[in-house]
Amino acid sequence: MAELATATPTPLPVGPVRDHGIGRGGMFALIASEAALFGYLLFSYYYTGASAPTPWVLEAHPALKLALPNTLILLLSSVAIWFAERATRHEERAKALIGCGIAFVLGTIFVAVQMFEWKAKAYGLAKSSYASLYYITTGFHMAHVVVGLAVLAMLFVWTGLGYFTPTRRIVFTNGSYYWHFVDAIWLAVFTTYYITPYLGFAT
Amino acid sequence: MHPLGYLSGSGAQTASVVPLMRFMLIVSIVVTVVIVGLVIWAIMTKREPVGPRSLRTIALEHRDGVKWIWTGLAISIVPLLATALWTVAVLAKTGSVPGAPLTVDIVAKRWWWDAQYSDGATGERFGVANEIHIPVGRPVLLHLRSADVIHSFWVPKLAGKTDVIPGQVNAMWIQADAPGRYRGQCGEFCGAQHAHMAFYVVADPPLQFAQWERQQMQPAFPPATVQASAGLSYFTQHCGRCHSVRGTPARGTFGPDLTHLMSRETIAAGMLQNNPAALSGWVENAQIVKPGALMPNQHISGPDLTLLRAYLETLR
Amino acid sequence: MSPPSATAAVAPGGSNREQSIRRTPTIGPSSNELRERLQRIWETKPGLYGWLATVDHKEIGIRYIVTAFVMLVIGGIEALIMRVQLAGPEQTLLTPQQYNMLFSTHGVTMIFLYASPILSGFSNYLWPLLFGSRDMAFPRLNALSYWIYLAAGIFMYAGVFVGAGPNDGWFNYVPYAQFRYDPGLNIDFYSLGMIFLGISTSVGAANFIVTLLRMRAPGMSINRLPIIIWGTATASFANLLIVPAVSLAFFLLWLDRQFHTQFFQVSGGGQPLLWQHLFWMFGHPWVYAIVLPAMGMVSDGLPVFCRRPLVGYAPVALATVATMLLGFGVWVHHMFATGLPGLSLAFFSAASILIAVPSAISVFSWIATIWLGRPVITAAFLFFASTIVLFVIGGVSGFMTASVPVDWELTDTYFVVAHLHYVLLGINVFPVMGATHFWFPKFTGRMMDERLGRWSFWTTFTGFNVAFLPMHLTGLWGMPRRVYTYPVEMGLGPINMVSTVGSFVLAIGFLLFFINVLRSRTRGAPAGDNPWDAYTLEWSTSSPPPPYNFAVIPTVASRHMLWEDQLGETRERSNLEEGFILDHGKEALATSALDAEPQRILHMPDDTIIPFVLAAGMLVLFSGLLVRNWPITAIGGLICAADLVAWFWPRISLLERGPAHG
Repeated sequence: MAELATATPTPLPVGPVRDHGIGRGGMFALIASEAALFGYLLFSYYYTGASAPTPWVLEAHPALKLALPNTLILLLSSVAIWFAERATRHEERAKALIGCGIAFVLGTIFVAVQMFEWKAKAYGLAKSSYASLYYITTGFHMAHVVVGLAVLAMLFVWTGLGYFTPTRRIVFTNGSYYWHFVDAIWLAVFTTYYITPYLGFAT
Repeated sequence: MHPLGYLSGSGAQTASVVPLMRFMLIVSIVVTVVIVGLVIWAIMTKREPVGPRSLRTIALEHRDGVKWIWTGLAISIVPLLATALWTVAVLAKTGSVPGAPLTVDIVAKRWWWDAQYSDGATGERFGVANEIHIPVGRPVLLHLRSADVIHSFWVPKLAGKTDVIPGQVNAMWIQADAPGRYRGQCGEFCGAQHAHMAFYVVADPPLQFAQWERQQMQPAFPPATVQASAGLSYFTQHCGRCHSVRGTPARGTFGPDLTHLMSRETIAAGMLQNNPAALSGWVENAQIVKPGALMPNQHISGPDLTLLRAYLETLR
Repeated sequence: MSPPSATAAVAPGGSNREQSIRRTPTIGPSSNELRERLQRIWETKPGLYGWLATVDHKEIGIRYIVTAFVMLVIGGIEALIMRVQLAGPEQTLLTPQQYNMLFSTHGVTMIFLYASPILSGFSNYLWPLLFGSRDMAFPRLNALSYWIYLAAGIFMYAGVFVGAGPNDGWFNYVPYAQFRYDPGLNIDFYSLGMIFLGISTSVGAANFIVTLLRMRAPGMSINRLPIIIWGTATASFANLLIVPAVSLAFFLLWLDRQFHTQFFQVSGGGQPLLWQHLFWMFGHPWVYAIVLPAMGMVSDGLPVFCRRPLVGYAPVALATVATMLLGFGVWVHHMFATGLPGLSLAFFSAASILIAVPSAISVFSWIATIWLGRPVITAAFLFFASTIVLFVIGGVSGFMTASVPVDWELTDTYFVVAHLHYVLLGINVFPVMGATHFWFPKFTGRMMDERLGRWSFWTTFTGFNVAFLPMHLTGLWGMPRRVYTYPVEMGLGPINMVSTVGSFVLAIGFLLFFINVLRSRTRGAPAGDNPWDAYTLEWSTSSPPPPYNFAVIPTVASRHMLWEDQLGETRERSNLEEGFILDHGKEALATSALDAEPQRILHMPDDTIIPFVLAAGMLVLFSGLLVRNWPITAIGGLICAADLVAWFWPRISLLERGPAHG
């Protein structure tokens, strides 16, 4: 009961401690909003595809030889940042920097590979509604990855400067949540654009 | 009195919808009167005659009253449920076109209505603009297409509106149970002259309708006078790019088909009466009459206008 | 500065670096010395910097309210010009292009630049006070949400000023909104402006949600929350999920217009109806978001003037949530005429009829509160009570449009214009006017003039009904929406003239209201802490409250904190005299989500120019996009990026990092 709590007060944490703090709610709210955005993007794909005369997807069998490894690269980068986040719990700075650095490099590779994929496509943004949706959806995702790379870079710098301690490290944790979110969204985008054509959608 | 009013109608569709609408209107008015009455009564009978600074002198009340919420809800559910069921019934009844309909293809354009009829037997087609004739007592299936933006086909006394959306064909049916001229209006904002995108559905008795169809199917009579011939040349040269008159070289499809222009009571999508003065004004200065319309001012000289009018008046 | 009143506890076995991880807060009464110290810690610094940098939720709330009222006046003037044009048939005061821009801008201004921000303003000011808290969860984000709102409003109205205001209606259907049919900058101003404004709404929503879950005073469990909290919280959860839909729609449209993408282009396989789905998936929940908080104002204010608790608190609170949840499932009722399959129509029609049920709960609760109470007629009471009447009229016209075959006649006629104005003025503007009368004393320390208040009420109420009640008939007589004129033979002249006259009377009512507000700021009678003998926590503070809101954090024991003795509902008593003293800097208390048990001591940020600069950088960015000047866009982007790095840079003062060391 609240009355009791104030009558016989117990020590309260001051500020964010370990991975609990008010900023976490803010990050979750941001993630919810951005997830909704991708939800609507994918809705646009399914709605337009279902309403359009077939064939609507421009590639009935989208090439997976770049996209699938790229997906794994992104997943690995999540593992790396998870590893780094765990390291911050014990203030193992070197491990945190390595994990963060690897995540950054893998994320950069993801962006580079995707841009290469874009260049290799036979169609541009304005070709058809499918093309427009493909580029904008993967493009929105890539923009989120780029922002994530900036976040990783800042986490790297701040870790290098020794800012985070076993108790004061919520900024790193929140940043890693963002990166995991970007990864999870990719799984949804990848499934929609690369897998559903194989299942016959709008072909 | 109100050509676009829909509290009464004369079609098979409106015959189903208007009673439901009136029921809902009555329910709405009754509910409003009752609630307003309760509020006024509550205030008048329970009020404390003190000023705003003396609120703390009034002892607080705390009688429980939740049961009144449930009572109000229980009473409200009845008309809500009745409406829902009646709605589904009307939807089911009017959902599919009954019997053997006449089919008309409507193309909505900024800011007029193109209606294409085809003869089932011969496959011949003719097009009219803004004055859509139908036979009384027979269902008419309308295929609605748009040439540009979203419009909405609405002839209130015969049926509710159906949007006309580019990229898809929407179908609706109407049936007039009494002869007459039924005014229609575009029901979805479509740009500058949305306000003046009207049309008429003219319900003729079956024999009269057949006669109208036959007449419309004819190409235009060749001009009988020299003046009319000159007018035809002028028309072909200056108007033929957008307008068509069957039986002449003028075959433009951007604007309305004018083959039987003089058989229509109104022009400019229901905006003007089809009389010589209005017709001249429209041809000469469409932008003054209907600013933003896609027919430019013609900068036509007096003598040329006389010739053109002489020809147009032959298009019965 | 005198030393803090509690000794700092060092973590067991910890070093200096881990200082102050935990602390047992002192509990005690307030004192003059404490209040002076807190004043110095929390007050906004004077001068221009302080004005631009403040993170005080009360100052931000007032700014929202003032700006939104300015928008209301601008939107109102737009409406009056339209009503003059429509007073008689075939008038030529305005060209069709001018009229089309006016009706569109009027809608945009009222729905986006007035209706939501005004409620954000009241909520911003009131929430921490209602919660017994020192501030919102994210004060800097709060400042940002206001600056973005102001910048986006300026951005959109820049378009209006250069003759390129929105001109395809506030719901902006394609294909007309496409470049081919609307090549000017109108839709670009609107599209980019809405994406910009959406950021304000989203960050505001996030702030409200986290504040609700974390910043309540000890003991304020969720069944003790004022209904305005339920209303704004519900709206915020919804906004977080729906704003991306409309932002995306506008972004895709902007791309179609500028980069020849084919999202909505039929020729490219695109779907015009995709716009409508995305827009209304946002748009329908949005209209609940702009009325539910205002309904909360009525639910919290009416009981004060009826001298009793609200009848049916739990049903009303739950109905608020239920209305919004159902509101997510009815968006297709804006698309009934688009040629959808019958099963879909039947489902959405039934759902739209059903949504009347939770709405009705609030109405019956309010009537019962008056009936079973002892109403004292004040201007505030009149505005709140009139909401009931106007809500019901708006509600029944909505009920009529919920039935598909009836809607096929009613939609896009003046019947809908009547409906939307009854619900928007009835359940937003009138409650807001009541709320102004109710809370003005708290915000300013002065009372509004009662007599002028009643005059403004009756003038507004009469003018509104004379203007809009006939519009039901205007619609039934077939006048379509969004027409700049109508033919003589339609028989619509006299009834339109009546509406025009009513609209001017309504305008006079608003004028009287604003005169009252402005005059009372300097000449109103002194109010005192609790002039209405109201029952929620804000009335326990001074009028206006000090920058720190509460010197000691209150403990809450019931829903009617200041009426506990008189109601005698429970033996427990809220404690406003003694509580946590949080004075080791700018501190606030965080509590648990459901039961509000004390959980954490927070260090709150100081005033900072960072949010203002970010909004300014975004304005540069969006301006660059508007004119497709990529260097300007890049500069804007860089400002934003640098600002965000500065914002998120971990600070010792906010305990986001340990102290710097080698």
